Amino acid sequence: MQPFTSLSSRTLVLPASNIDTDQIIPARFLTTTTRSGLGRHLFADWRYQPDGTPRADFALNQPGASACRILVTGRNFGCGSSREHAPWALLDFGVRAVVSSEIADIFKSNALKNGLLPVIVDEPTSAWLIAHPGAEITLDVARSLLTRPDGTAVNFPLEPFARHCLLRGLDELDYLLERSGEIEAFERRA
Amino acid sequence: MAPAPQTLFDKVWQRHEVSAGNADCPAVLYIDLHLIHEVTSPQAFTVLRERGLRVRRPELTLATMDHSIPTLTAQVFGGAPIALDSAARQVRALERNCAEFAVELLGLTHRERGIVHIIGPELGLTQPGKTIVCGDSHTSTHGALGALAFGIGSTEVAHVLATQCLLQRKPRALAVNVSGSLRAGVSAKDLILAIIARLGVSGGTGHVIEYRGETIRALDMDERMTVCNMSIEAGARAGLVAPDETTYAYLAGRPRTPRGDDWQRALAAWRELPSDPGARFDREVHIDADGIEPMITYGTNPGMAIPISGSVPERPGDAALARALSYMGLSAGQPIREQRVNVVFIGSCTNARLSDLRAAASLLRGRRIASGLRMLVVPGSQQVKRQAEAEGLDRVFLEAGAEWRESGCSMCLGMNGDVVGRGEYAVSTSNRNFEGRQGSGARTLLASPLTAAASAVRGRVTDPRELM
Repeated sequence: MQPFTSLSSRTLVLPASNIDTDQIIPARFLTTTTRSGLGRHLFADWRYQPDGTPRADFALNQPGASACRILVTGRNFGCGSSREHAPWALLDFGVRAVVSSEIADIFKSNALKNGLLPVIVDEPTSAWLIAHPGAEITLDVARSLLTRPDGTAVNFPLEPFARHCLLRGLDELDYLLERSGEIEAFERRA
Repeated sequence: MAPAPQTLFDKVWQRHEVSAGNADCPAVLYIDLHLIHEVTSPQAFTVLRERGLRVRRPELTLATMDHSIPTLTAQVFGGAPIALDSAARQVRALERNCAEFAVELLGLTHRERGIVHIIGPELGLTQPGKTIVCGDSHTSTHGALGALAFGIGSTEVAHVLATQCLLQRKPRALAVNVSGSLRAGVSAKDLILAIIARLGVSGGTGHVIEYRGETIRALDMDERMTVCNMSIEAGARAGLVAPDETTYAYLAGRPRTPRGDDWQRALAAWRELPSDPGARFDREVHIDADGIEPMITYGTNPGMAIPISGSVPERPGDAALARALSYMGLSAGQPIREQRVNVVFIGSCTNARLSDLRAAASLLRGRRIASGLRMLVVPGSQQVKRQAEAEGLDRVFLEAGAEWRESGCSMCLGMNGDVVGRGEYAVSTSNRNFEGRQGSGARTLLASPLTAAASAVRGRVTDPRELM
């Protein structure tokens, strides 16, 4: 994984709350055996008409959307299925961070394992971000700080371990493999 | 000083800590049983291959196929090719991965194959006190037997394959206390829909739920599995029920439970698991079962549920509600009963066990489904299918005009081509009514097997008690 220290980008905004992983990537696109190429199916049923043509009014189809690295959404983003295809599709589209007032547990865990930053902010900050699509904001991983265009900043929660892994581009699997001695000891006790 | 009283969840968690978490690091949690399937495992095996790793404990890993596989007998047993190439590739990939990494596979034609959360308990692999994971959010089902069971992503599937462990922060504990008795015609599905409507779809986020109280104690194992299955629909990764005599009677004699002295030792250990008197939960919620009616959803998440005698809520200015009703093609204030129905689906890890099929058949016996309605009955496992056929339930469904299929996830998520058409209304015994879940543009109303069967007969949303 690439180290993730900070990110400045204009935001893409999807104001809906409870955006589930079936919306992020519908199940019919899960019949793949790889992680790549899922970006074209991201939000497929919101992004395209039934005949496959893009819906002009959808945020991801606006000019400049593909350059946005930060997705802002209503509360409880990523609920539902555990499919890791959801963060894979977001990353493949170019999104590196999701900002919401609440993010579902499994999605959050999957996101962090792929270097997609889950940013949980208070309701007023979330409301401001939703009301200002395209705002240029900065996310600082080391300081867990989200900075708005006017310079006001808010902290967001980030596990020390997750921060450590993001900043250094570390993989949890390496950490677990280094613990094989402890795991063997546990197996002998059990 | 006596040790502090612990919850069931505390006990299972603590007994699986390879190392406890601290401020800087999550806990390393040991996993007793890892279930894998064709959709979320291929990328995990790729990780092992890329890094030259082996499966650390193949004997604690069991693979099956359920999500994308066909349910048509000709494609499962008849030698006809799997209609979807992409699904066929996933089937072949899982076969190849299991052979290469020495993982036991209950493959497409195996007599013990089925939906992963149905076969774990059925085989007796799911046991009290175990830690169980699977790359599927409905892994919470196994908590019905007093296991700590939760869904994980594919990267974590690779972690468990390679190390038999996961890095985890301990969630908080939420007690859902249920008192009173479920009335006739009201099932475990109605209970859990009522609980989710109360908690909200993110009310359980960050928590593990323990379902407690006299109502839960009175449920049989199939019913407890239906309740725990949908814990994730309230945002909770796991839901548990303390093991008791009902649990032990269910497990006794199953193919993969301990035998003889080992059974006695296991039983003694399991009896230590229930939460101690005075154990503290971070949150507690009380639910009165007496007042629960058959429940049905009207919107696009499982928390949007109402009693079947109720009307679609009216909340002017609620954008989320307006959006959901627009997708569903329903009007605020409309009584949900009498909504026309195009498709009825009896199946999924929520409601495709033998007792669910019996309940649906009890209303269909001697009746026909409404003209023009399509009804699909998909048993949860091949064993459930054989048992149902031994009781003649397949004849009841077929004579009523329904389709009777091989086991699998099928129309719950529509990966295998079993889909609800655009704009059609489906009363479904599955777990998710998200937009497009059962097919692009499909409109799902979640309900119990009784309500689904009654609605199939009338072709409209129907209170099952009218036909009982």
